[in-house]
Amino acid sequence: MQFSEQWLRSLVNPPLDSEALGHLLTMAGLEVEESAPVAPPFTGVVVARIVEAEKHPNADKLKLCKVDAGQGDLLQIVCGAPNAAVGMKVPCAVVGAKLPGFEIKAAKLRGVESFGMLCSARELGLSEDHGGLMDLPADAPVGTNLREYLALDDTLFTIKLTPNRSDCLSLLGVGREVAALTGQPLSAPQIAVVAPTLDDRRAIVLDAPAACPRYCGRIVRGVDAKAPTPDWMKQRLQRCGVRSISALVDVTNYVMLELGQPLHAFDNAHLSGAIHVRYPREGEQVLLLNEQTVTPAADTLLIADEARALALAGIMGGEDSGITLETTDMFLESAFFAPDAIAGRARSYGFVSDASHRFERGVDFELAASAIERATQLILDICGGAAGPVVEAVSKEHLPARKPVRLRPARARRLLGIDPDDAAIVKLLNGVHLGVRHEGDDLLVVPPSFRFDIEIEEDLIEEIARLYGYDNIPALPPQGGLAMLDRSESGRTAWDVRHLLAGRDYQEVVNYAFVEEAWERDFCANDAPIRLANPIASQMSVMRSSLIPGLTGNLVANRKRQLSRVRVFEIGRCFERKADGEPVVGFHQPVRVAGLAAGPALPEQWGVPTRNVDFYDVKGDVEALFAPRVLKFEPVSEPALHPGRAAAVLLDGRRIGVVGELHPVWVQRYDLGTAPVVFELDMDAVLLADLPAYSEISRQPAVTRDLALVVEQALPVARVIEVLNESVPAIVKGVELFDVYHGKGIDPGKKSLAFRVLMQDTQRTLEDAEVDAAVTAIVHHAETVLGARLRG
Amino acid sequence: MDKLDQLVQQAAAEFAAAADGVQLEQAKARFLGKTGVLTEQLKGLGKLAPEERRAAGAEINRAKDAIEAALEARRNALREAVLLAQLAAEALDVTLPGRGTSAGGLHPVSRTLERIEGLFRSIGFVVADGPEIETDWHNFTALNTPENHPARSMHDTFYLEGNDEVLLRTHTSPVQVRAMLDHAARHAGREQMPELRIIAPGRVYRVDSDATHSPMFHQVEGLWVGESVSFADLKGVIADFLRKFFETEDLQVRFRPSFFPFTEPSAEIDVAFMSGALEGRWLEIAGCGMVHPNVLRFGGIDPERYTGFAFGMGPDRLTMLRYGVNDLRLFFEGDLRFLSQFR
Repeated sequence: MQFSEQWLRSLVNPPLDSEALGHLLTMAGLEVEESAPVAPPFTGVVVARIVEAEKHPNADKLKLCKVDAGQGDLLQIVCGAPNAAVGMKVPCAVVGAKLPGFEIKAAKLRGVESFGMLCSARELGLSEDHGGLMDLPADAPVGTNLREYLALDDTLFTIKLTPNRSDCLSLLGVGREVAALTGQPLSAPQIAVVAPTLDDRRAIVLDAPAACPRYCGRIVRGVDAKAPTPDWMKQRLQRCGVRSISALVDVTNYVMLELGQPLHAFDNAHLSGAIHVRYPREGEQVLLLNEQTVTPAADTLLIADEARALALAGIMGGEDSGITLETTDMFLESAFFAPDAIAGRARSYGFVSDASHRFERGVDFELAASAIERATQLILDICGGAAGPVVEAVSKEHLPARKPVRLRPARARRLLGIDPDDAAIVKLLNGVHLGVRHEGDDLLVVPPSFRFDIEIEEDLIEEIARLYGYDNIPALPPQGGLAMLDRSESGRTAWDVRHLLAGRDYQEVVNYAFVEEAWERDFCANDAPIRLANPIASQMSVMRSSLIPGLTGNLVANRKRQLSRVRVFEIGRCFERKADGEPVVGFHQPVRVAGLAAGPALPEQWGVPTRNVDFYDVKGDVEALFAPRVLKFEPVSEPALHPGRAAAVLLDGRRIGVVGELHPVWVQRYDLGTAPVVFELDMDAVLLADLPAYSEISRQPAVTRDLALVVEQALPVARVIEVLNESVPAIVKGVELFDVYHGKGIDPGKKSLAFRVLMQDTQRTLEDAEVDAAVTAIVHHAETVLGARLRG
Repeated sequence: MDKLDQLVQQAAAEFAAAADGVQLEQAKARFLGKTGVLTEQLKGLGKLAPEERRAAGAEINRAKDAIEAALEARRNALREAVLLAQLAAEALDVTLPGRGTSAGGLHPVSRTLERIEGLFRSIGFVVADGPEIETDWHNFTALNTPENHPARSMHDTFYLEGNDEVLLRTHTSPVQVRAMLDHAARHAGREQMPELRIIAPGRVYRVDSDATHSPMFHQVEGLWVGESVSFADLKGVIADFLRKFFETEDLQVRFRPSFFPFTEPSAEIDVAFMSGALEGRWLEIAGCGMVHPNVLRFGGIDPERYTGFAFGMGPDRLTMLRYGVNDLRLFFEGDLRFLSQFR
């Protein structure tokens, strides 16, 4: 809410400067988002009248003016404004005046002396208007300081109110708060009852008393709707960010800003019969003031007469029942609508209004009658006319109850960590119009009709904290029993994994969890992705089921930035449908870790030939992530991956992820140049770790033997190693692959695999004969099972 | 005996003239070999009278020692020269860059989260986690935000197509609810429930996108529930954290009254640095407050007996302040030129 400091100070005027007043409001929970002076600092600008305006003898576009600035003699001033005309009242900066950015001196312009400057609104920093001189009202007194005349020594405060403080959505509300915080008296507007001079009255029927328990209405006849709004009111409205429209509308807005009561003015000539506050009938429509036609939902309260629906109650008036400049008889509405009956309704039609904003948060339910008196008086003063009596329909049992709330002062002290005594607490609460009575050790507190946020003890404790001052609550080192936290060694943290991958030259990224639908279709063959009901953009419309598309997107973006070597990883959740998902039924939301490597295997450097990263490099990274646990890899077919260069990753027989080269189709479609290699793994598997266990180290010398086996080209190496390990004698401690060869000397269709066999006994030195026998046994088994032969 | 001295000098000269080991060994043979000059001299001793023999022998041996010493010195010198030549030949340009792979790095927000976790672990907070597709109940209802509550308009929520019961969590606060329910269940029936201290970092989602808002961003939720947890404790923990996080005492922390449905009293936390580019400006970095009794109840905890505080802070904002980043969107664009600056 935006308002003028001077308006506030007309209600309560604490001895604080603007900055201190702003701080006071902020620290009381009425956060001042912005405070801006109405005008920049300037001096020496007065109201002046142009007495003569001749053409400048030496310049076509300049005028030579004689100006009465109230200084006795007329001032000669050269002026370039196209609208400078005799008789006009304008701001005049006299010699010695200080304007934003410069000082006015006597000067010669094109050979003619000039003693001052006539100003546009922009030159004074009052607006962006630079069309010509600022045109002041004809009755502006010549010689008056412009700052005084226009009340420019004012500050615009914009406060951001939290939804619980609807009582501060008016100058009166903010004033009440300032008075309570500073102890200064509040001079609320004096509102007298306007004695009716007409008998005309319109009946009011509360068809839905729970939603509208109070409605005040009054007929005012013979108003001049075209009467001008007084300058003081225009100025206050404008400084609250409200545009002046017509006197009648301005008065309703003014009273809303002043007291917090939204009002509505109907053209009485367009109403027939009694006013009904009711819920809509089937198919009923309302054309609103904003020219939107709505078919109100069943739970939207209406104002209607006996013929038709007129307005959305507490939200917006109707286009064809409201006042216009032709209106002479009006019907004024001042009502209380229950917050629950208004909340969310305006939003459901795609707008909010000042009225709905207030009613859904809570408007003082005792305010309707005095607000209608205030508005009537202003209307009669400005537009003339004669008022009928106020008709009030009220259903007392449906007005909000203000039940006493029990406060245990000891609990307040314990919860806040402060120590004011009971009397101090009572004083704080009384300051904001909360009635307090004692009952034993407890206090029974009754909130006033304008507070909608005090229902339970904590609401009062909050009020105590706020009034005591958050700054005055100490910051204590908390006390707690010391106990060590779990730190399992049979598991790693996500931080360990991040550092491992960073150590292997991957850069972490954070990608959006919602992606474009094409990615899910292309990379995951997912034709039924989890869709957002309200995405902000089509490329962020479905939940990802894999991290790989996002990493591919990172590659595309970085390639555009001319980076050829890209190595990225992400740890994040993926989303899949799963009927019995945990913890949210219907969804499986595993955390995964995925990586992508593209471009040169190593950073470009001297002395190392450049080669692109390949499947085995990235497979090595995956293996390192799990070491010393051993993974298994099996060929796999995945839509994202090259069918001949992709593997499922298995840990203890369970599939926990994939590694592979991106499918050439996507490499081409996304214009990636060289194919990246990617992996994606379940985080819960990565986080497992085995507790190390000691096994005895042999003191006996080890013996190694190398052997080369020639097998079918298509035979997976993993199968060969598996077979070699099937029937090894006890002395064999390990069989390691150290070379793969095909080419000269080996039949096409075959490959040679070189293994190093490590043999050792814990008790004795091995003899040549048993070593040779062991190797023979291994080779023989491989020959039998795999059709391998020993390479000569 | 002048002759022997001459011999020593002559040997030393010849050794010095030897350019390498082979020449040196040849020179050695001329003096100390089987037919060497000195050997001949020793053979000549037999011709001397016994009383002269002892003195002459001693003289000859002294000359022999001198020649051998000269030989050893020359050997060492030659070895030294060979080594020096080898070292010279092997010298590298040590200014050439080192070889091998480079190192990657963590995302800047991850760095912040790791620090936050570490600082809170140090006073006994454990990390808790929760789903990102969350139920409406956990995200709003259990956090005292019923349908049509004006606070719901403060979050613009992403919903899933065809399912009104679930949404993308708008904050990490639902983890509070899950952690309380879990804690309460685990300690049900005990005389006293141990304190619950958690922090929950994670991604959250809101319908919002500009230079200071991203539709996905990070939050860290904190919760401490116990028998005597107060607002003063909350102020103490947060002030301590901020000074440790920014590694400066040169920091003002302000608690400003605010409103959240799930805490009461509630506060916004502002910080202001007393030096640097942001000097004197209040910057909003977290919301906090005492856990609302309804929320404790929804979490299965008796609000009469236990109280607690909760806070939710924006690690993206903290990261921006700490490293001087001025555009939130950079965190989510995967630009390696940006990300690699935080290694």
